[in-house]
Amino acid sequence: MVAIPALAVEDLSVEFRTRSGVVKVLDHVGFTVEKGETVALVGESGSGKSVTAFAVMGILDAAGKVTSGRAMFGGSDLLAQSERDLAELRGRELSMIFQNPRTALNPIRRVGQQIADVLVRHGGATRPDAPREAIKMLKKVRIPDPERRAEAYPFELSGGMCQRIMIAIALACRPALLIADEPTTGLDVTTQAVIMDLIGELGRDSGMATIFITHDLGLAAEYCDRIVVMHAGHIVESAPSRALFANARHPYSAKLLAATPGETASLASLVSIPGGLPDLRRADLPACRYSGRCERLTDACAQPLPHKTVGERHDVACWNPL
Amino acid sequence: MLKLLLSRLATAIPSIAGVIVVTFMLTRLLPGDPAAYFAGLAASPQAIAEVRTKLGLDKSLPEQFVGYIVDLAHGNLGNSLSTGQPVVAEIVNRLPASAELTLVALFLAVGIAIPLGVLAAVKQGTWIDHLCRIVTTAGVSLPVFFTGLLMAYVFYYLLQIAPAPTGRLDAFLSAPTDITGFYLIDSILTGNLETFRGALSQLALPAISMAIFSLAPLARMTRGSMLSVLNSDFVRTARASGLAPRTVVFTYAFRNAVLPVITTLGMVFSFLLGANVLVETVFAWPGIGLYAVNALLTSDYAPVQGFVLAMAVLYIALNLLIDLLYGLVDPRVRLDS
Repeated sequence: MVAIPALAVEDLSVEFRTRSGVVKVLDHVGFTVEKGETVALVGESGSGKSVTAFAVMGILDAAGKVTSGRAMFGGSDLLAQSERDLAELRGRELSMIFQNPRTALNPIRRVGQQIADVLVRHGGATRPDAPREAIKMLKKVRIPDPERRAEAYPFELSGGMCQRIMIAIALACRPALLIADEPTTGLDVTTQAVIMDLIGELGRDSGMATIFITHDLGLAAEYCDRIVVMHAGHIVESAPSRALFANARHPYSAKLLAATPGETASLASLVSIPGGLPDLRRADLPACRYSGRCERLTDACAQPLPHKTVGERHDVACWNPL
Repeated sequence: MLKLLLSRLATAIPSIAGVIVVTFMLTRLLPGDPAAYFAGLAASPQAIAEVRTKLGLDKSLPEQFVGYIVDLAHGNLGNSLSTGQPVVAEIVNRLPASAELTLVALFLAVGIAIPLGVLAAVKQGTWIDHLCRIVTTAGVSLPVFFTGLLMAYVFYYLLQIAPAPTGRLDAFLSAPTDITGFYLIDSILTGNLETFRGALSQLALPAISMAIFSLAPLARMTRGSMLSVLNSDFVRTARASGLAPRTVVFTYAFRNAVLPVITTLGMVFSFLLGANVLVETVFAWPGIGLYAVNALLTSDYAPVQGFVLAMAVLYIALNLLIDLLYGLVDPRVRLDS
């Protein structure tokens, strides 16, 4: 029997209408996240990682339009839901943590109050109980002296502390899915590890599925079960973390790995990927958006992208994989 | 909060000292010789000199300044040369008229501008946004004396639905018992509805002309500030947490967006103090603005001095209030003090 995934994104396309033309930001993107699983979305800036998350959450900018696809979550399609129903789910069933925790919190509201707002909104606590429940959440994300910190404003706390508050807000109602959008960017390395451990641990305790958006392959390998590699709005490869590191099949994934500092690779042996992302406003985008940068380009690459299964839960979208 | 209050009060003291010096110098440097003016056109040089001695204008500037300070310390702003009345009494008598006009205009402006700005930002690109743009453009480009004259012309002269622009109350109505000095409040307190209606109809045109003028910067600032806050990270967090749209817009966005609006409010209030002079002249409103204009025209320096001093103190007090309001809304300001 196959378990129903926590989230199944199928055939998702998103366009942004801008003054200089329509940008095809996501093109038929699909991936699944099992219950209790942690999946990394990796890729360089502009590859569509955050847009995927925003589309699933239903918080795209007004300029962004979902043009095709489904996002099945708990038996219903998130993309087909009304804003009203989605708002009910957000914060309760699916939550999100953002980068830059200092700006992601309301600067003039006490942090305990901000946690309480979410609890009260989703029935996690009544107004009078909310402050106490908020303090419990602070304790859970291991903030020392939670009673006093609940009264603090974000500007009185460090970046790492603010990110813990963000986690407390996101996990207050025990969501089934957490999307963490570069949660450790801007934090120092030791704080990074603490935050990642905290997310992993709290997720495991409640059987929560986690999508972890990052451009740090090393961090993804360390904390995630599977890795989904994105490039210019396409998913080029998805594989269990170990399989990807041992045996990357897409030329882009291989290049990404070669550009990632590991235990053995010295800084000098790191290779940068030539070229840049194609202009996604072009009307004549090639079928494979990596073809302009690819060393393994063949005539076959002009055909629509294939979806080859090359191993256990290991898919690659390439005509000429490694 | 008390510390904030004290530190702001301390910074107000040098400002007041500066204002005292400037008002003294300014009136002494104004063109026109008050002694010659009051001695009359046909006065002989001896007569003018006599008047000058009587007014103390023959003394040296430092001596005059010391005298001025001593008087000021006793709460004495001198007497008006044309009416002979003490300036303090005149200002205290006339201040409620100006204050009532200014405050009604300000409430009107805030009551329209803030909802308009918020709605324009929340529903960006819709008709209400365009309305906001039209109103702000019109408000900035119409000077207040022009709006005042235009309104008096249209509503009094053409349509005849407004009373004649001749002060606070029609000649046939008697002023309400003086409690607060505000006719609207006093007439309500004494249950005199007829006077209330009369006062309101006299107040409407000047208050609306001043409101139109002050509405523009407030609405524009509210809209701009709301737009930038609505695009900020923490509003995205609030939406991603599923908070109700009302909570997102008011509790999260508006409370943050209101900070620059408060600053603008202080500025607008000071514009209004200046606009008072013009509007009171157009509508023959017996406030301190009209008093100052008349004094200025007759080189009657004591009232001018008193007026400028009163305005400056009012302005400083207002800025103090704005600072405190800021501290109330924004915890970061409290920390800085």
